[in-house]
Parts: sequence; structure tokens; C-alpha cells
Amino acid sequence: MSEQELRIIAPTAIVGYGFQESSLERVLQKDPHLIACDGGSTDPGPNYLGMGKAFVGRDAAKRDLSLMLHAAVDRKIPMIVGTSGGAGGDAHLQWTREIVEEIARENNLHFKMALIHAEQSKEYVAKKLEDGRVEPIWPLGALDPGAVARSTNIVGMAGAEPYIEALGGGAQVILCGRSDDAAIFAAMPIKEEFDPALGWVAGKLLECGAACAVPRQKYGSEGITVTVREDHILVEPNHPGLTCTPLSVSTFFLHENETPLYHTEPSGVLDLTALDCQAVDERTVKITGAQFHPREKYTIRLEGVELVGYRCICVSYTRDPVLVQSIDGYLDAVRKLVVSRVDGMGVPAEDYKLVFRVIGKNAVMGEREPVKEILTHELGIIMEAVASTQELANEILGLARQAGKNLHYEGKLCDEGCITYPYSPSDIPAGPVYEYNMLHAVEPDSPLEMFPVEYVTV
Amino acid sequence: MARIRDLAVICRSKNANPFSLTLDMVFPDQQTFERVRTSGVISKQLISRLYSVPESDVLLVEFPPANAFKATIPRLHGSGAVEDSDVYGAQQHGPLMDVEIP
Repeated sequence: MSEQELRIIAPTAIVGYGFQESSLERVLQKDPHLIACDGGSTDPGPNYLGMGKAFVGRDAAKRDLSLMLHAAVDRKIPMIVGTSGGAGGDAHLQWTREIVEEIARENNLHFKMALIHAEQSKEYVAKKLEDGRVEPIWPLGALDPGAVARSTNIVGMAGAEPYIEALGGGAQVILCGRSDDAAIFAAMPIKEEFDPALGWVAGKLLECGAACAVPRQKYGSEGITVTVREDHILVEPNHPGLTCTPLSVSTFFLHENETPLYHTEPSGVLDLTALDCQAVDERTVKITGAQFHPREKYTIRLEGVELVGYRCICVSYTRDPVLVQSIDGYLDAVRKLVVSRVDGMGVPAEDYKLVFRVIGKNAVMGEREPVKEILTHELGIIMEAVASTQELANEILGLARQAGKNLHYEGKLCDEGCITYPYSPSDIPAGPVYEYNMLHAVEPDSPLEMFPVEYVTV
Repeated sequence: MARIRDLAVICRSKNANPFSLTLDMVFPDQQTFERVRTSGVISKQLISRLYSVPESDVLLVEFPPANAFKATIPRLHGSGAVEDSDVYGAQQHGPLMDVEIP
């Protein structure tokens, strides 16, 4: 260890979510060794990976990146962004790269930048599958070679090693494609030979900004600072109005995982069965007791998506007391009529799906909804067609909207329209629909094999 | 008797990954956590019944540092699939809130 401690700042949970500038300025006075931020998540669903689009606005991302970049360049410390652009595909990495280069140009900033690519070819994954080096992650089964062939985009989640490589290569700014969230921050402590368990715990906390502080989201999205020392870490929020408590920090280890006790990383398992969180002062928590068990088998998580069609939706609702009580039978009748009309157009049934989401009746939980009785005076109905082309989806949705407005039902008195629409136009073409088709662990020949590091001078 | 919503400081759901859903219940102190634990109410059977999922598909853990219980189950459909209804998995906790603890 060349340093006694490493101070690492995450300004917010995801690049583009924002933070108060004063919060960052405050913690920059602590003379940090690294400023880094997660850039994405699978939370918003498969469409962003498939479309190559970000789920935050460009201006919002530019604002956060600009503050981070100035902080890093001024202090000659590294800046790292992982899962760049939201989903971490090549298009997302390029999007983030262009924003960073634009900021540099506009502010006359100069630095060496590393781009870590995480998008994987179908051929690579298919070969690994053939070689028996792809395993399912619970609750999925074995990877279907057909799914690999149908994938439009596949990314691997980078571990700490590509970051360590780029830090060693002298990059001041590192932008990575899809990444293990914690690896973004764990890489530097591991490189500087701190206990890897502490590096991974630090990474877990930092990857979600101030989610481990309370009151959660009181000031919107904010960040934290973690100090990694020889045998413990310290965590405190950047905003002075937030506090970290032993309970708020412990609770954070439940965030978006199967179990808080064991966390699988590419190079091993972080074991928190002996985790201990103690208050140091009113807003700082000391963490000890984490263990890291390296594994011989190095694995990378794969995420893949495929295009399943194009969507058109319309939002509608009813306030008719008879229809509210007979909505299921009514929508069945609408479906039958639409199916026969579409069949008459010569469109095969497998070319489309027609979905009715009844808001007020099982819309959120679907068949898992334990509440069976409807107690409401109105219902929302989202009609949705997903078909092999946008034009076909629009056609089918048009039929459904028209049938839904007018079809007969027992006891109907409102013969000018039994459901209605808040918008004109009522039908909203929603574009391509992607689905996740892969969540598997692949065993590369080396930790860097899937993540080529490209250096550029900005 | 008290409901989980009366005792917990957190009761929430979220995707654990695009194909699994996790349910977290956090209690304010060790005493409440012990009360809930010794009641035996939070069990694989409970999750199985509330979410219509086989017990063998329920992963249930206790996490004493956070006075917490966590259950993870497979999602009905992958996040964002055409048949999916909750991309984030963030609104699946409701049935837990009214569960009664002696």
C-alpha cells in the first residue's frame, strides 16, 4: 500500500441523476483519490440495450460528467464511469465518449482516456457455449443457442481487472461499457493492495450514490464518500443534510440482490456473514467483518436482448358501473373480434400479440395478484399490440381500439362509447420491443479477454 | 397482533436481476426483529402462498445487521417482456404489508 487510505467519491447514483454542486465541492476538500460513478443499470429494462439509447437525458449526463471531469482534471486524479450510457453497449460507450470529448473541447481540458469495450459478439458467446463454458444464473436454465443467434446485443459485465489495467496504463479518465457496479470503485483499492473485501464493500456502497444514507432521497439524488483503510472502511454522505447510520448502511446491503450475505463477483465471492457496522459520529459509519473468497473459476455475467416486435398502445378508461363489473368478459369479446378481423387480413397468429392491461384489476401483479374482488368506480385499460412490423401493430391496435369503444355487452346503456380515451390521437406507436434472453455466466480465458482497453488522447 | 406495515421501516420489492424479484422487510430494532422472527410468520410457506410460487423456488434469508428478512423468487416474466407488468419489480410488495404478526 503506497497510501494509508483511499478516499473515493461517488457524486450520485447514476450519471445524469444529478446532485447538488455544493455537495461535491464540500467533499472535494477531503482531497479524494478517485471520483467515479455508475452510469447505468438493467432496471429500466431491455429496450435500452437493444435500442442503444440512454435512459437519462444528454444534458443531464453532460452536466454531471462536466462537474466530475473538472474535479478530476483539476486535482490530477482519475475519473471512472462504469456501465456508460445506461446499458453499457458500444453505442452507449460512444455516446458517453462524445459527451466527455465535447466537455473537454469546450473547456480546453486535456487527458488520457481509456475506453473499455464490453459488447460481445454472438460468435464469441456461441463458441463459449459450444465449449461448455456458459452456465445459467438462477432462476434461468441452460442458454439456448437459438437465443444467442437471435440476440441483437450482448454485453459482459466487466470485473475490476480491466479498470486496473486502464489505471496502470495511465488513463486519467476511464469509461467502461457494461460493468459489475461495484468493480468501478473496487478496482483502485484492489490495485493499491488494500484488502479486496474492503474494496468490494466500498464498491457496493458507492455504486448507488447516497442510497445508504437517510432520509433517502430527501434532497433528490446525492452521493457518498468512502474511505478505505487497512482493516475497515468509513462511509459518509456528501450532502450535509444526510446521515449514514449503522441501520441505513446495513439495510443497503439488501439492495437489488438475492441475498445480502454473499455477493458473487467475477473473481470470487464477497461474504458479509460477519458484517459489522458501527457509528463513528452522527453521520459516518465504520464497516468491518467483510471477507472475500477468491474463486479459481473467473466468470463474467452476460446480458443479452432480442427484438420481439414493434408496439402500439392506447390508453383508455371506463366509468360505466356495469362494464366495471363485467370487464373480463367484455375484453374477451373484444379480443375474439379483433383476432377474427386480423385473421381475415391473412396475418398469422404468431405474428402479433394483443395485450389488455386493466388498471384497477391485477395490472401490477398479474396472475400473482391475491386480491380478487374489484372495489372501484372506474378502470383504466391500456390496449397494446406487439407485431412483426410497426405498421401491423398500428393496424391491429386500431381494430382493438374501435372494437373496445363500441362492442355490445349485457346491460349496456351507453351506446355511444363504453370506454373512452384521454388523448387524440389515441394510438401511440411505441417502436421496437426487446426482451432479455440471457443472464448467464461465461468463463473467459482471461479477465481482459472480453474487455479490450482502447486508449485515446483527448 | 400487528401488521407488517405497522412494524416495519421498509417493506419493498425490486428486481434482484432481470429474471428474479426480491422482497425486503426491515424492522426498526433488534427487539422487533426478534418478535417477528420468533413468530415464525415470515417463512417460505408465506411467500409461496402470497405469490403463488412453489416453496422450492423461494430463497429466504435473515440479515440481523439490518434487522431484515429478504425473500427472492423467480419473476413470472423477464423484466420488460411483453407479458411483464412491472419492469422494475418495484410494486410487488403489497401483499406483505397486511400480513399479521402476533
